[in-house]
Amino acid sequence: MIRDHKLWLILAVLASAHLIVLWAHFFAPYDFASQERAIPFAPPSRLHFVDPEGHFHMRPFVYLWEPRPGTETLGAYVEDHSQAFPLRFFVRGARYKIAGIFDSSWHLFGVEEPARIYLAGSDDYGRDQFSRLLYGGQISLFSGLMAAGVSLALGLVLGALAGFYGGLVDDVVMRCAELFLALPWLYLLFAVRAFLPLHIPPTQAFLMLVLVIGMVGWARPARLIRGVLLSAKERNYVLAARGFGASDFYLLRRHVLPEAYGLLLTQAALLAPQYILAEVTLSFLGLGVGEPVPSWGNMLASLQKYYVLTSYWWMFVPGLALVSVFLLYYQLCKVLQEQVKLVRF
Amino acid sequence: MYASESRKASETKSDRPNFKTAIAIAMFAIIAAGLPRVSAAQGPQPLHAGEEVLVTSGEPGRFGGKLVASLRSEPKTLNPITATDISSLQVIGLMAADLIHINRYTQRTEPALAKSWKVSRDGKIYTLQLRRGLRFSDGSPFNADDVLFSFQVFLDPKVHSAQLDLLTVGGKPITVRKIDDYQVRFDLAEADAAAERLFDSVAVVPRHLLQGSYQNGKIAETWGLATSPQQIAGLGPFRIQEYVPGQRITLERNPYYWKADRQYRRLPYFDEITFLFVPSEDAEVIRFQAGDVDVISRLSAENFSALNNYQRARGYNLFDLGPGLQYEFLFFNLNDIPSKQTEEMAHKQEWFRQVNFRQAISAAIDREGIVRLVYQGRAAPLWDQVTPGNKLWFNSAVPRPPRSLEKARELLRRAGFSWKSDGALADSRGHTVEFTIVAGAGNAQRAKIATIIQDDLSQLGMRVQIVPLEFGALMNRAFETYDYEACVLGLLGSDADPNPERNVWLLDGGMHLWKLHRTTPPTPWEAEIDLLMRQQLTTLNYEARKRLYDRVQQLVAENLPLICLVSPHVLVGAKTSLGNFRPAKLNDYTLWNAEELFFRQEESAKTR
Repeated sequence: MIRDHKLWLILAVLASAHLIVLWAHFFAPYDFASQERAIPFAPPSRLHFVDPEGHFHMRPFVYLWEPRPGTETLGAYVEDHSQAFPLRFFVRGARYKIAGIFDSSWHLFGVEEPARIYLAGSDDYGRDQFSRLLYGGQISLFSGLMAAGVSLALGLVLGALAGFYGGLVDDVVMRCAELFLALPWLYLLFAVRAFLPLHIPPTQAFLMLVLVIGMVGWARPARLIRGVLLSAKERNYVLAARGFGASDFYLLRRHVLPEAYGLLLTQAALLAPQYILAEVTLSFLGLGVGEPVPSWGNMLASLQKYYVLTSYWWMFVPGLALVSVFLLYYQLCKVLQEQVKLVRF
Repeated sequence: MYASESRKASETKSDRPNFKTAIAIAMFAIIAAGLPRVSAAQGPQPLHAGEEVLVTSGEPGRFGGKLVASLRSEPKTLNPITATDISSLQVIGLMAADLIHINRYTQRTEPALAKSWKVSRDGKIYTLQLRRGLRFSDGSPFNADDVLFSFQVFLDPKVHSAQLDLLTVGGKPITVRKIDDYQVRFDLAEADAAAERLFDSVAVVPRHLLQGSYQNGKIAETWGLATSPQQIAGLGPFRIQEYVPGQRITLERNPYYWKADRQYRRLPYFDEITFLFVPSEDAEVIRFQAGDVDVISRLSAENFSALNNYQRARGYNLFDLGPGLQYEFLFFNLNDIPSKQTEEMAHKQEWFRQVNFRQAISAAIDREGIVRLVYQGRAAPLWDQVTPGNKLWFNSAVPRPPRSLEKARELLRRAGFSWKSDGALADSRGHTVEFTIVAGAGNAQRAKIATIIQDDLSQLGMRVQIVPLEFGALMNRAFETYDYEACVLGLLGSDADPNPERNVWLLDGGMHLWKLHRTTPPTPWEAEIDLLMRQQLTTLNYEARKRLYDRVQQLVAENLPLICLVSPHVLVGAKTSLGNFRPAKLNDYTLWNAEELFFRQEESAKTR
């Protein structure tokens, strides 16, 4: 089996990223929609260890932001040093539901009101970018994963049908696949999105995004799987098994499909980031989940404005998160490819 | 009035074009000689015998140079009769002139092509004296026949001019008669309080160039962008020189323009004005910052702040003119739509129709928050449709209660609403209060307003969703299909006078947004607004008119057919060296006095 430490490391980091995002309620200090209208475009909170008198504190603390006197520009703030608000762990804050059933209000960290701890600054409504980043990851990361799942499932079924049975089925499926490959996917997504009703609740919008992205992308994996199956089904041991009277289903399950597992894994690692990007693109263009629910795409959308792009660097944070996730996925893909080769031969 | 998708290129309709004008006026006839046909390159023609030019009071400037401005969309036509989009109107405004003009700065009427006028005692007959000795930009003379022809075309229902509605007073079109070559009489079916202001929207066009196409029924297609510049003439300070699709349109000096400066030199000062086509506000800002563009208008508050930081270093000034005439508001779909009424929409409309419900929403909205977050403080909160920028008609007696969630809850309770255990608001039959707000996707400000309202109303337990819609689709839903629940929109008053507002407030008005389709009788307050608007139309005394319109504002603030939110400030910028620059609160904000603008120093005259 696979024993490369690198693989496990990458998997562990990716998995913890997904887990943190999944438990955003707990890890995020605030609700994604809670607006603090006095401090739009506040820069990231500074964690202090040393107070103005020069005393060192073990427990870091933050100060309140107040508008810098004499400036009109949003995002020009100074710290109010009159009162310090120490960082606390396991605090009570905004209420949320665990799995839609249990009420809870525990958060990993926080500061006392009226101070706010904004690790990644605030957006134009004074909402916590860090909390929104975590909640946004729920949409962005999982829509990528789930859409990849949809695509692979579709690709596997259709590719297997085409590769294993050949003939008319093969022709029909492959011509459809070529059609899907030839379509510019972004425009196709636009078109599909335009057909659907405009006002839909966020959860539906999310599932719809997953379905739309997943259904559009089945063609590539299907073609690859078909290729693998075409060669696999002609192998001597498959022919032998058939000669012993094995059924189609048995052959597929026992001898043919296992040939495609490595391919499926690498495809999954390749498609997931692509689909994350697809969701980000759609949301960036205003076709994903709507306000106030965050996704990395609609968080980045504020950068379309010139003054945001040039004035507030912390608005790029979702972009940074996106790049790191991509790098992880592509590393995973690379390692998987090497490992799968090793395992097979 | 028009629905404004402000700060966006797709603006399709606009208010009156910006014909040229001056600040203070004097009349002069100057004796000179000769009138050869000239090209603009030879500079302005000397003033000649018997020419009744208008002398402006602005600072005497320096001739020459060229001004570069920008447009967010290409003009669609150069035809003043059919133009409706804002870019066409802006360009045409520099190429055409009207009889009586609204000074964009003082907001009052002043003589233009008509040097004076008399009004009959009953206010129904206007006799206008035209200036003598004036010439169109192609050198051919101007007289009463051109005025008659222009009004004939504008009033022809087959032509579909945008001004036809305004020129219809008391249900009948104005009639025009020629008394002599320089006197024209206008007859109105009934007295109109703002009759002088009607002339502002009507460009006088040359009969000798357009009569042929009018008789062929082709007037609407003439003077497109492909028309050769020699075939287009007007009475504005500039005339068309060149149009390069996708890049720019260049206007050159009209060597026969009928205004002169204090030193009796014929205006305009600039040789050329070029409009670059720049697709978005951000692109416009970048070009302005780089110095490629000399003036910029319709800035958003954020870009205003962004530009503010470099004001000194880059050699431009920014102007915050305070609240303009634009008002942003939220409104609910109150149309009678029984035929396609779904049950869901039926009970939603039951909420929307309750005054208490609308009042609760108005009480819950954080207008100050909108001003601060969306406009960075560069807007004024509003409780009715008249903005503080409209000094003559602003009603300070309208109650302006601060935000109060307690009051909102009380109003909802009174209307039979209650709260479920999870905090959601429900009506007396147990339906959860949920609705969607549509907002123009291209308009960042309105999308943000909607998001703030969404958060405000969630504190009342209402579940609100925001649907960003492309502007055309939004207009279609609001005006054609009535397929929406609530909408955030803005209107831009074309004039400070309440008259152009009548299509919003009259029961059968084309912009009676909240209830365009009506099968049931109007509510008492709707009927009263309608009556008041009709009365003020024919009331000639300002104080009496103000009382009527004050009452309209009062009724709007109480009954909230439109829940008025904010009025954004008019924000513009220009090069420091631009002389006589006096930005106005009326459209066109920056170039309304283009003939008087000039560059102060030699080095700022650009050689592009």
